[in-house]
Amino acid sequence: MSKYNDLIEKSVRAIKVLLPKALERKGKDVIKIMHVCGTHEHTVTHNGLRSLVPPELEIIAGPGCPVCITPASAVDQVIDLALQGVRVYAYGDVYKLPGTKGSLATAKARGGDVKVVYGFLDAIKDAKESGKEGVFFGVGFETTVPTVASPIYLGKVPKNLKVFSVYRLTAPGLDKALEAHKALGVPLDGIIAPGHVSSIIGANAWRYLPEKYGLPTVVAGFEAYDYMLALVDLLQQMAEGKAELHNEYSRVVKPEGNTVAWKRVMEVFEVEDAYWRGIGVLPNSGLRFREAYKDWDAAREYGLKVEPTNKELPPGCKCAEINLGIAKPTDCPYFKKRCTPTTPIGPCMVSDEGTCAIWAKFGGGGLVMELAKEAGIL
Amino acid sequence: MCLGIPARVVEVDQENGTAIVDVFGNKAEVDISLVPDAQPGDYVMVHAGAAIAKVDEQTWKESYELWKQMLDMLDKEYEQAYQQA
Repeated sequence: MSKYNDLIEKSVRAIKVLLPKALERKGKDVIKIMHVCGTHEHTVTHNGLRSLVPPELEIIAGPGCPVCITPASAVDQVIDLALQGVRVYAYGDVYKLPGTKGSLATAKARGGDVKVVYGFLDAIKDAKESGKEGVFFGVGFETTVPTVASPIYLGKVPKNLKVFSVYRLTAPGLDKALEAHKALGVPLDGIIAPGHVSSIIGANAWRYLPEKYGLPTVVAGFEAYDYMLALVDLLQQMAEGKAELHNEYSRVVKPEGNTVAWKRVMEVFEVEDAYWRGIGVLPNSGLRFREAYKDWDAAREYGLKVEPTNKELPPGCKCAEINLGIAKPTDCPYFKKRCTPTTPIGPCMVSDEGTCAIWAKFGGGGLVMELAKEAGIL
Repeated sequence: MCLGIPARVVEVDQENGTAIVDVFGNKAEVDISLVPDAQPGDYVMVHAGAAIAKVDEQTWKESYELWKQMLDMLDKEYEQAYQQA
């Protein structure tokens, strides 16, 4: 491990060298870098990386949590199915996600048939063994979709198991976050692209960020040193006035991605406009079953429809703004008061990838520094 | 949700498209159909019960050296700035 710790230490010093140059070149007081993956936020907060960089470098958590943007009406409908005796399979991450009438956890407590699974393979096995009518709650981004599309494509899924697709694509969410920052007059300066999403869709999928928006972009892995190296790379690009796409995570991410996986996804699903919880309908951001695979489409079988409700988020909950990176968990009146990881009231506190859940578990990112300043230690 | 765990392939069942992998000493059965060329001994990233990509150690070794060179250069700059201060 020591050689990797060395990378981190040297990155900290490199950032101190590069940041003033980047600030000068851009004529700004603060450089804002956003990642769009909950696991990156976990890396940053768990390892205290915000405290290793100067305050003029702001690290922002963008839309990287698919559970957080899964519409309440989708949760309500799987709850109804579970209570009607259809076996609902869900990842542990969505089990406590509130809809407008409770969560799958409360549905199970009321006698609903809910089974938590680690992966789609577990659901296939259980559906084959039990022979029961079942619905898999399909939540996730590009990393997760192929794990479901591949077995369907290969004809390995029994007909008694359907999938309710509320899958979402990351790029439209990222574009919406860019727009939101721009509208506030504080545009972003660089992007850390999601490593595992990129392992599927390819590093090249982010080429539009430097080309269309002039944003330096680095695909990064999930160790602390991966993230620090990505920051160094972005600042170096800014200091030199460049905007390019680089791939720090080349040990896992290929320029073209996993073409076998993405081909199967596009074979089974087609892109549609889709609603993101609290954020709105984003064009070309969701996936629905193609006609040829309708036998596995739970939406068609049970008439399920995702639409905004008037209770997407509790009044005052800042989850939508936090997802877009324009608010911090500490800006929310409920954070760590009424809303905690054991009793979440907003979706960002539910998933292990939700910014609020990560901040609540591992510290507030900068909060310690503020307290230290107040106490006169810094 | 996009958490990936590195695992070593122990045994491949081509017929069923599954593999037994070793994750930090624990054995697990995962879907290997997205990484059809994975062989025993290879490292793969496992996400939600499926291997999604192979981990290429050689590429990392090469890029590690490049990163190290870049950081060493910046480190010299840091030392100079620090000494002047």
